Amino acid sequence: MLILSRRVNESIMIGDQIEISVVDIKGDQVKLGIKAPSQIKVFRQEVYRAIQQENIQAVKAQPDKIPPLEGLLDKTKQAEKK
Amino acid sequence: MRVATKAYGSIEVDERQEIVFPFGLLGFESLKRYMLLDAVQQPFYWLQSMEVVEIAFVLINPRIFRPDYRLEVPKSDLEEIGISCEQDILDFAVVTIPEDPKEMTANLQGPLIINRKSRVGRQSISTNPAWQVKHPILKELALVRQGAC
Repeated sequence: MLILSRRVNESIMIGDQIEISVVDIKGDQVKLGIKAPSQIKVFRQEVYRAIQQENIQAVKAQPDKIPPLEGLLDKTKQAEKK
Repeated sequence: MRVATKAYGSIEVDERQEIVFPFGLLGFESLKRYMLLDAVQQPFYWLQSMEVVEIAFVLINPRIFRPDYRLEVPKSDLEEIGISCEQDILDFAVVTIPEDPKEMTANLQGPLIINRKSRVGRQSISTNPAWQVKHPILKELALVRQGAC
């Protein structure tokens, strides 16, 4: 991994179009500014990890464990009619 | 064609049920070919891997329990699978069914988007933080019934 030291208001370039700057540092929290073309997706890494973990949980679904929603839905429709 | 499924054993399916995920699903990047099947339990679907029979996801249309749901994903994700107009989009939430099935949840933060015409899909990430990884399906459905939503 490339490791660079930066001060507040300094930045790094990734390629020609992505600029990441250090906006503020308070204690152990660093505020970053990201300038990138709109087609570049920027997400917190935890979001990826959360979805990945959820998929791993989801794949454990047992076919006989799916509760019937149909009855509930019918009731919803009946409620709508009233 | 015949495929092996986790839920129903070996079954005959139409090849138009095949959906290719060129990037896989998060955590399952190496698996790219799936079949979309109706589950016996409506309104659920199965997304069955054609490569590993044990890998199958339960899916739901999130609007069934969240009528206010709107798909909000990066435009580039839609473009990547060749979607240029809204009518081409088919989207689902992946369902997690824990030990107690009544606690089942749907993942609205990582929706699956599919191009209906080309049957190419990908898992996207919601740009709206209101849509989270675990939405309790039965609780939110109950809210709909009460008219609280």
